[in-house]
Amino acid sequence: MSRVTTDAERNAIQQAFRQKLDEDELLNCMRCGFCLPACPTYIMTKQEAASPRGRIALMKGVYDGTIAYDDDIGRQLDLCLGCRACETACPSGVKYGHLLENARSAINENKRKTLKEKAIRKLTFKDLFPNQKRMRQVTGLVRLYQKSGLKKLAEATGAINILPETLRTMQSILPEIPDAKAMRERPVHLAPIFVDQPSAAETATTHANIATNEEAPINHNAENPVKRVAFFAGCLMDTMFLKTNEATLKLLQLSGCEIFIPPDQACCGALHGHSGEAAGARELAKRNIEAFEKLDCDTIVTNAGGCGAYLIDYAHLLADDPEWSERAARFSSCIKDLSEVLLECGFLEKYHLSLPNQVVTFQDSCHLRNVMQTATAPRRLLQAIDGITYRELREADVCCGSAGIYNLLHEDMATGLIDRKMGHVKNIMPHVIVTANPGCLLQMKFGIKRHGLESKMEAVHIADLLLKSVSGC
Amino acid sequence: MLDKAFKEKLMAIVGQDNVLDSKENQVAFSYDATPGFQSLPDAVVFPGSTEDVQAIVKLCREMKTPTVPRGSGTNLSAGTCPVQGGIVLSFQRMDQILELDEENLTLTVQPGVVTQKICEYVEARGFFYPPDPSSMKISTIGGNIMENSGGLRGLKYGVTRDYVLGLTVVLANGDILHTGGKLAKDVAGYDLTRLMVGSEGTLGIVTEAILKLVPPPPSKMTMLSVYESMDDAAETVSAIIAAKIIPATLEFLDRATIEVVEDYAHVGLPTEAAAILLIEQDGDPEVVKRDIQQIADICRKHGARSVQTAQTAEEAQALLTARRTALSACARKRPTTILEDATVPRSKVADMVKAINRIAEKYQLTICTFGHAGDGNLHPTVLTDVRDQDEMARVEKAFQEIFATAIELGGTITGEHGVGAMKAPYLKWKIGDSGIRTMQAIKTALDPDNLLNPGKLFVPDHANSVGTGNPASAPTQTAERMMKK
Ligand SMILES: Cc1cc2nc3c(=O)[nH]c(=O)nc-3n(C[C@H](O)[C@H](O)[C@H](O)COP(=O)(O)OP(=O)(O)OC[C@H]3O[C@@H](n4cnc5c(N)ncnc54)[C@H](O)[C@@H]3O)c2cc1C
Ligand code: SF4
Ligand code: SF4
Repeated sequence: MSRVTTDAERNAIQQAFRQKLDEDELLNCMRCGFCLPACPTYIMTKQEAASPRGRIALMKGVYDGTIAYDDDIGRQLDLCLGCRACETACPSGVKYGHLLENARSAINENKRKTLKEKAIRKLTFKDLFPNQKRMRQVTGLVRLYQKSGLKKLAEATGAINILPETLRTMQSILPEIPDAKAMRERPVHLAPIFVDQPSAAETATTHANIATNEEAPINHNAENPVKRVAFFAGCLMDTMFLKTNEATLKLLQLSGCEIFIPPDQACCGALHGHSGEAAGARELAKRNIEAFEKLDCDTIVTNAGGCGAYLIDYAHLLADDPEWSERAARFSSCIKDLSEVLLECGFLEKYHLSLPNQVVTFQDSCHLRNVMQTATAPRRLLQAIDGITYRELREADVCCGSAGIYNLLHEDMATGLIDRKMGHVKNIMPHVIVTANPGCLLQMKFGIKRHGLESKMEAVHIADLLLKSVSGC
Repeated sequence: MLDKAFKEKLMAIVGQDNVLDSKENQVAFSYDATPGFQSLPDAVVFPGSTEDVQAIVKLCREMKTPTVPRGSGTNLSAGTCPVQGGIVLSFQRMDQILELDEENLTLTVQPGVVTQKICEYVEARGFFYPPDPSSMKISTIGGNIMENSGGLRGLKYGVTRDYVLGLTVVLANGDILHTGGKLAKDVAGYDLTRLMVGSEGTLGIVTEAILKLVPPPPSKMTMLSVYESMDDAAETVSAIIAAKIIPATLEFLDRATIEVVEDYAHVGLPTEAAAILLIEQDGDPEVVKRDIQQIADICRKHGARSVQTAQTAEEAQALLTARRTALSACARKRPTTILEDATVPRSKVADMVKAINRIAEKYQLTICTFGHAGDGNLHPTVLTDVRDQDEMARVEKAFQEIFATAIELGGTITGEHGVGAMKAPYLKWKIGDSGIRTMQAIKTALDPDNLLNPGKLFVPDHANSVGTGNPASAPTQTAERMMKK
């Protein structure tokens, strides 16, 4: 818990609000309230102050100087999931996400933190996420924990119970971490695969070949790909969810894409941006823009809604930087979700997708839906799979409570949201809950476990399910 | 912040968690959907029952503290802005549907139920509750009753007033009043139900309502008529009414509105058209078909470029939903959106549209016009910027001229949004001195200390309607109040 704000900090925060917040955007909110029913924290609390309209009024209050910043206001802004469902609901087009991010950064930069908070922030934002090598090392530790028997020991002895419930369950649902070598040796370029040519079809079946395709004899017209794309790997996706990244690449290859994966790409910076660490986020943004612009691809594919949405926001993040604004805007305009790219490349026309009979549903990733505006593409892909019965989940567009690391910081709200979600899930009892973002995937797994439904259903990333449906196994 | 003893007494009534007076909550209850008005309450209280409300009202009377009842704060006349501070009474906890009486076709509800929930609840059980303000997704029935709200279906089905059969009201003296009942007929004395409906929280506090339901229409058809000229569209409206056809919905949108709505909703509206009419008829299938046919003919005769009917229920729904976002969508264009609610006799819609255009040109303002044309209820909406003093002065003048024109044409200053604090200076224009005296007499009789939603309906006439920052205007008062806090 952070310290109580002092008077000097209050003033500095108010000044920072005036500098950072866009007055037009604050005024743009005409307080119609259309966003209230879409807001998860309002749904859960029924408190005006916990609604988008309320939070904008709080920000405007501080901006105008009609009220002084206080810790209640800080807490209320923290309680926001940043899911941006309010933006999709807002007919006035208020860019709430930008207001929130700027307000958080104004607070973060002007409020002294406890030593502990400082240390955690430094570790997370300076040492860990910007550094893919460290990410691999830390994820490697989790692997060690899983493989060494420590996990079993911790669970058997009850030592695990010192963790809060969310963390405790989280550690039990993490996917099996790939080994260090696999995480280190990532491909940088992949040629398309055309299955009508038998040799290619064979190579298409094993994951191991993906990394070596580059050297494999390319007899599938690599000169003439359906599309040249760049792939944004993502720090969590390229470590903990490596298998999903491999499936993603394979799907892109199968739809005829030539793929470039710049090795010098960095973490997207979303975690920084959402936590008020704007400077760190900007650094990462620049690194990514540099890494991708030299490829000269007009499509950059992501398979994590959270990252994709943040990459799209680079245009906003660097809008005031004359050297970078144009480059950022160009970069942002290239970002597309896997599902959209697959449809564009005619994936559905190329393959007959099938799976054993089962009920499937889709839980939207908030940022995929509300920022990348991708909601129908994943559903279209799923509905095209023979053998599945697609059932729409009630409130699929409401946040599951994952929201980056929100579930660890605001356990009550996050748990309330996942319980509500699982209530809707139980009404349709799917065999598979499909997601399109690692955070959502973990949170849905968490929900399944928390509600004792492990034997009835599983949560998977859309790329994994789609790849499975190509081979029909 | 509240006086400690006062706060403790409030807490004793509703419980500790239901009295909020932090800065954060004062701000969150300082506004409604009216631009330019903001003022902090001393506290927000969440009653759970009629008895709670009664106890709070009595306590506030003792303490000489204003009470401002509030639903979802979507009103457009500064009706819930606590201009004199005091206690905001929020009905979020009183949000239950109490009884569906299938034999008497009534629904009993608490005031905090969201309008859309009522519609969905009764429709799922084979009944129909027609009043559907565009804000229905979020507005409460308490707010609807107190503003006597209309909606897209108002032309054929009437407004909220026509569906309120009885009320439970806590009066300023703490008495609990029951008006009306589950009765189709009732002439026992004054019609207090109708007195309360539309009284904007100034005469009493509604804690329960009995609503009238009707059977749902067996079928409906929705169509879009597209025009190259606004006048043609407006004349079509008058012509349809003159032909003695009463469609369920007859909505008008001008080009600027079409553009912003399409920009948000992507439902395929013709953005290059000068105006469109969105028309819906419901009833028996043959009647609906015949009416729609006839309406289509009238549209074409009056210069419609194209007339299309929605092919599916979803398509029709999407069009109506898009129309409901019109006001908020207007805010896309400029920082400040000020909407008016001038209403004229139906036959004068074309004249009013012309007048609005002329006034917009005269004062060099961007005005989007849309509204319930079939009701003669237009919403000229000025897109402006509160920070531009010069423009705001022109806005004020333009609105005065719009009100004057509406009254000249036999109309009124507000058709459905209420007077509140915003239009209080203009009430006299519509009802005259004797009207004001009569209304004030009623107010004084029921609320002698002026503690129920004070500062609404009646104010000194030097205040202005849109808050341009003149010395006497509401925002300045607000700023002073805020400083004091
Ligand atoms: C985008 C938009 C579209 C709109 N469209 C329409 C429309 O189509 N038609 C229309 O008529 N209006 C419309 N409105 C205006 C507004 O939504 C309505 O007036 C609505 O009825 C207000 O409901 P509310 O719950 O928000 O009430 P509030 O705004 O909270 O309150 C309205 C009034 O009722 C009083 N009140 C509330 N509850 C009680 C109670 N229990 N007892 C006593 N007094 C009470 C308040 O003091 C206030 O005077 C629109 C508003 C917006 C923002
Ligand atoms: S929907 Fe948009 S304009 Fe309306 S209150 Fe919410 S943020 Fe403000
Ligand atoms: S971002 Fe999500 S949680 Fe935050 S105000 Fe908007 S809808 Fe609510």
